[in-house]
Amino acid sequence: MITLTEAPFEPGALLTAFCAGRDETGAVASFVGLARAEGGQASILELEAYPGFTESAIEAFAKGAAERFGLQDWRIVHRVGKIAPGEAVVFVATASKHRRAAFEACDFLMDWLKSRAPFWKKEHGQGGARWIEPTAQDRTDAQRWD
Amino acid sequence: MARVLLFGRLADQAGWREREVEAASLAALRASIANDDAALAQALEGPGVQVAVDKALVRGEAVLAAATEVAFLPPMSGG
Repeated sequence: MITLTEAPFEPGALLTAFCAGRDETGAVASFVGLARAEGGQASILELEAYPGFTESAIEAFAKGAAERFGLQDWRIVHRVGKIAPGEAVVFVATASKHRRAAFEACDFLMDWLKSRAPFWKKEHGQGGARWIEPTAQDRTDAQRWD
Repeated sequence: MARVLLFGRLADQAGWREREVEAASLAALRASIANDDAALAQALEGPGVQVAVDKALVRGEAVLAAATEVAFLPPMSGG
């Protein structure tokens, strides 16, 4: 399930809920991405999504990932709007019978979310605001799985 | 009437994010925008800008029915 939210979320609570009631799952892997302050250069991160379109794209990609890695379940929560340094931007959890699939699928989902997911990212810093494109590293990370 | 949505830097450039435009095709829509703001129309044709009609990506021309939503999406940055 994918949720976009403008409100801050608590990653621990999401992980607890995701782990609950699983008697056939041997492994849950999770990842939490936090907004960085960049030494005071970035004060606020702003993420724009296209409501409806962005969720559909993430859902379609995650379903493909679930098939590729044989996941039992997955959960993605992504912030939109203005995000302060230290706040969680993204939560990804994957569940599988054995750990390798859960680890790899979580990594795979994050590489795609960071480079190709339909978001537009703006950094508000001391020198004003600027739109950010994926870094070369983000693209290389995503290409590992192609 | 098509409902036009702009995202990211395109909305900043245009100074609006959402607008109703009378157009029966994507080409007519682009022409109407160009009439108003030639620089914006050029940016909408720029590299990496994708178009979604009713939330589905389209390439090239598209016929627009009434109340169609047309979104111009600059290169996606990821989250």
